[in-house]
Amino acid sequence: MSEEFEVKLIELSKSFGEVKALNNFSLEMVKGELVALLGPSGCGKTTALRALAGLQQLDSGKIIVHGKDITDLPTNKRNMGMVFQSYSLFPHMSALENVEYGLKMRFRKVSNAERQKKSKELLDLVDLSSHMNHFPHQLSGGQQQRIALARALAISPNVLLLDEPLSALDAKVRSQLRDEIRRIQLEVGTTTLFVTHDQEEALGIADRVGVMKKGVLEQIATPAELYDKPKTSFVAEFVGLTNPIEGEVKNGKINVLGQDIQVLPGSVSAGKAKALIRPEAINLTKDSNPNAQILTISFLGSMLRVMLKLNDRTQVTAQLSNFDNINYRIGDKVTLKINPVPVFAKEL
Amino acid sequence: MGQIMSKLSKTDVWRWIIISFVGAYLLIPIFAMLEFSTRGAPGERSAEAWVAIPTFPKLLSSIFSSLQLAVVVIFAVVFILVPTMIWIHLRLPHLRRIMELICLLPLTIPAIVIVVGIAPTYRAIYQIFGSSPLTLSFVYFILVLPYSYRSISASLFSIDTHTLSEASRSLGASTIRMISGIIVPNIKVGIMSGAVISIALVLGEFTISNLLNFETMQVVINLLGKRDAATSVAVSLAALVFAFILLAILPTSNRSRSSKLKSNKKTEVMYK
Repeated sequence: MSEEFEVKLIELSKSFGEVKALNNFSLEMVKGELVALLGPSGCGKTTALRALAGLQQLDSGKIIVHGKDITDLPTNKRNMGMVFQSYSLFPHMSALENVEYGLKMRFRKVSNAERQKKSKELLDLVDLSSHMNHFPHQLSGGQQQRIALARALAISPNVLLLDEPLSALDAKVRSQLRDEIRRIQLEVGTTTLFVTHDQEEALGIADRVGVMKKGVLEQIATPAELYDKPKTSFVAEFVGLTNPIEGEVKNGKINVLGQDIQVLPGSVSAGKAKALIRPEAINLTKDSNPNAQILTISFLGSMLRVMLKLNDRTQVTAQLSNFDNINYRIGDKVTLKINPVPVFAKEL
Repeated sequence: MGQIMSKLSKTDVWRWIIISFVGAYLLIPIFAMLEFSTRGAPGERSAEAWVAIPTFPKLLSSIFSSLQLAVVVIFAVVFILVPTMIWIHLRLPHLRRIMELICLLPLTIPAIVIVVGIAPTYRAIYQIFGSSPLTLSFVYFILVLPYSYRSISASLFSIDTHTLSEASRSLGASTIRMISGIIVPNIKVGIMSGAVISIALVLGEFTISNLLNFETMQVVINLLGKRDAATSVAVSLAALVFAFILLAILPTSNRSRSSKLKSNKKTEVMYK
């Protein structure tokens, strides 16, 4: 079974003074998979990526790629393609020369013509062959990152490492480039590790998402599983929005607002707890026994975001996607109902 | 005239006043040197002093020695200082302050003190390397450190050295290829200005070479000045012009890059 994994990071540890950036961190990736590491600043996601690239010395642990232990291999011998957060194109080289650089370094026997042919193919892949003679300062941020992607892919890397490559770009370009990265990754089939602090980016692009906290991998799962079945309260709260509503856990269910809802494994097993309810799991109705009052209503195009105050003064946010026949106003008293999907219950 | 003046803003007027003042300050002595070195019979000009330059064998050999020294010092800057600075910048940033302090130290020590301190060392140098004027390159390298360090350091800070080096390493470059192929081309302007300042300093240095009894260009010009003032001024002027030509190399090297960029813009138009 373990032979199926293309990349194995085994119990990596790294400390910077008192801070443990990686604490027995382990991760396995299968061939062609795109894994995103998600977490807040300082959680160790970039340290893990840099360790795989050979740019970060480890205190302990093992890195295996293609069944070969590369823990002590220098960066330039690892064959990892990397795209950095900051623009990293070589300023004195044109786009074409940038893409050719890795080929020159790794495959010295390849002829100039062949090298140029491959580089042009890669520039075609990122749709920038018309800019091959441009220098980095003549390119926009998005174009520079696309060239950097072509440069990283030119060496046919064992693993493609993307270190927050979209964070310096504006929202529109970021979304376009995110889709493009995924398209290209699927086309070339390179195993890819993508590091980001943006959950929308991670959930939108990855086959699996690993959520990290203080150097530890809290949970790794498909985006849907991570969202619907978080294993820890940190994952539940970090990925997507949640409304913590107080209730009582008994026999694997939590009683919230008079409803019994199943709790997810890892939740509080008995006693008082807070159910982490997703905004889209909340429905509103108008009846004779209201339990909440509308504070604000925001129209978001395809959905309506409603902020409410419960009778016990707890504030919750509901996201309504089917609101055509509803005519709510601020101050209206409503009854809040929760979809009976399993929720995570955390300690008070 | 009034119309022209009204078109010029106050700032422009002040700018031209300052430029004229600085220009006059620099050019008047040079014209005076030219005038003095070409002075012939009353009311006539003569190139006698300039023609006489090659007839002083000591002068030619001293010019040659100074040029050799400049080349050796530039080699030392490029092959010792530049890699050391890059290495410290990338791998040992905590040593940056110490390096800066060491490199700037020669600025604070008068030349005479340096000579007194270094004279005993030179006795050992004579024994190992002989008494060639080229041995002055050791002390000259120390003298040029502050100027070279400043210009190279400014260039290193102007680029994202860490990311560029990591990108280069991840693409398969060895440390030497990363330094020579990526970092050095991007700090070329800093290295060039450091080198030009070093040349100017080596060609103009007098105190140390004189006190250590070496016959460099400035020492011989000084001696010559006592016998043939016009020729000594002619040689000084020639050295100045040479330094100016070197200073002109910097914009030229930048121009070669911008012309490359211009050619790209042409290509861009073709694609459109």
